[in-house]
Amino acid sequence: MATAGHAPTSSEYIVHHLTQLNTSGHAQESVIDWSILNIDTLFYSVLIGAISLYFLWRAASKATSGVPGRFQSAVEILVEMVADQAKGIVHSAESRKFVAPLALTVFVWIFLMNAMDLLPVDLLPRIGEMFGIPYMRVVATADLNGALGMSIGVLLVCIYYNIKIKGAKGWIHELFTAPFGNHPLLYPVNFIMQMIEFLAKTISHGMRLFGNMYAGELVFMLIALLGGTATVMGFVGHVVAGTVWAIFHILIITLQAFIFMMLALVYIGQAHESH
Amino acid sequence: MNLNATLIAQLVVFFILVVFTMKFVWPPIVKALDERAKKVADGLAAADKAKADLAHAEKKVVEEMRKARESAGDVRTSAEKQASTLIDEARAEAGRIIAAAREAAEGEAATAAQRAKEALRDQIAILALAGAEKILRKEVDAKAHAELLANLKQELQ
Repeated sequence: MATAGHAPTSSEYIVHHLTQLNTSGHAQESVIDWSILNIDTLFYSVLIGAISLYFLWRAASKATSGVPGRFQSAVEILVEMVADQAKGIVHSAESRKFVAPLALTVFVWIFLMNAMDLLPVDLLPRIGEMFGIPYMRVVATADLNGALGMSIGVLLVCIYYNIKIKGAKGWIHELFTAPFGNHPLLYPVNFIMQMIEFLAKTISHGMRLFGNMYAGELVFMLIALLGGTATVMGFVGHVVAGTVWAIFHILIITLQAFIFMMLALVYIGQAHESH
Repeated sequence: MNLNATLIAQLVVFFILVVFTMKFVWPPIVKALDERAKKVADGLAAADKAKADLAHAEKKVVEEMRKARESAGDVRTSAEKQASTLIDEARAEAGRIIAAAREAAEGEAATAAQRAKEALRDQIAILALAGAEKILRKEVDAKAHAELLANLKQELQ
């Protein structure tokens, strides 16, 4: 950011912080460009995924039916919460063998990616700059690619279970006959409705997470700008607003992770039900 | 907020993480949870059984105590009865012995009195005879009056 000579304006600061580090070496210009990868999003999501799985795996490999330690208890509470939710929504025990771990992974992974928001907004990007990394966004869920990637993953699981439970023929039949009824005139309407439903589910699923985290990140940046004014009022404002928003954000990151998990379960549960 | 190939990569990462969790995280934890639930259930069942056993044993103890008390009572009653029987028998025996002793003593006393009477009578007869003899020495012929004297002696007896 720091172009030699002058400090960035507020607008430059925000734009800089919202720019992904990608393989093209500069900010992406077109809205969709499949030749570009966001290195920061991938790095942080893989890193956090690996860390969360490492801890879950450690708890799992040491799990005993005897008296559990604190760490094991904590993981067990989490697993039991997810298992209960899955049991209430997905009624096939066979499917739950895949769906419940999916829900657990999604919850823990998203929660930890969201939690990156609680680090000071400038901490990691500034460290990156010292090593010559020009851009860095640390919250992988505040990248639309990250959030939509996961929601499309859930969509693929939904399609898989639709075909598995109803058979390819049964599912295609359902696509054309539900929700309005089995009549040739209604086939196109039904099909369009179904497509809109899938599209709306998936996009709203990913967008809800992305929107919340993006907005949260933006507010943290605005608060950081207050402190950046280097006045007494700005400093006090930064401390007060930053504290309040960070505490409130603890609720948001947990809630968003939980909502994403619950919606994933609900959508997969719907794939099990015939209309 | 641009879309790019990160989306696909994130999709792949998503499935890798899910499969890892499904294979290595979920099963051991759920297994441990189920096992512990079973252990707890077994423990509770054992505790219930132990409680029932204890209640049963207590009931048995009360029953045994009752029986013991009852038989102790029986023993005492029969002992008392036996003792009173023995006392009664002893009393009767003593009575009998006293009566026999009294009877024997009375008999002996009677015999002794009789004997004394006879001896006394004999001596009186002899004394009477001697006196009469002294008085009548000259006038009475012992031989002639022997019959008379014998009669007198007879009467005195």
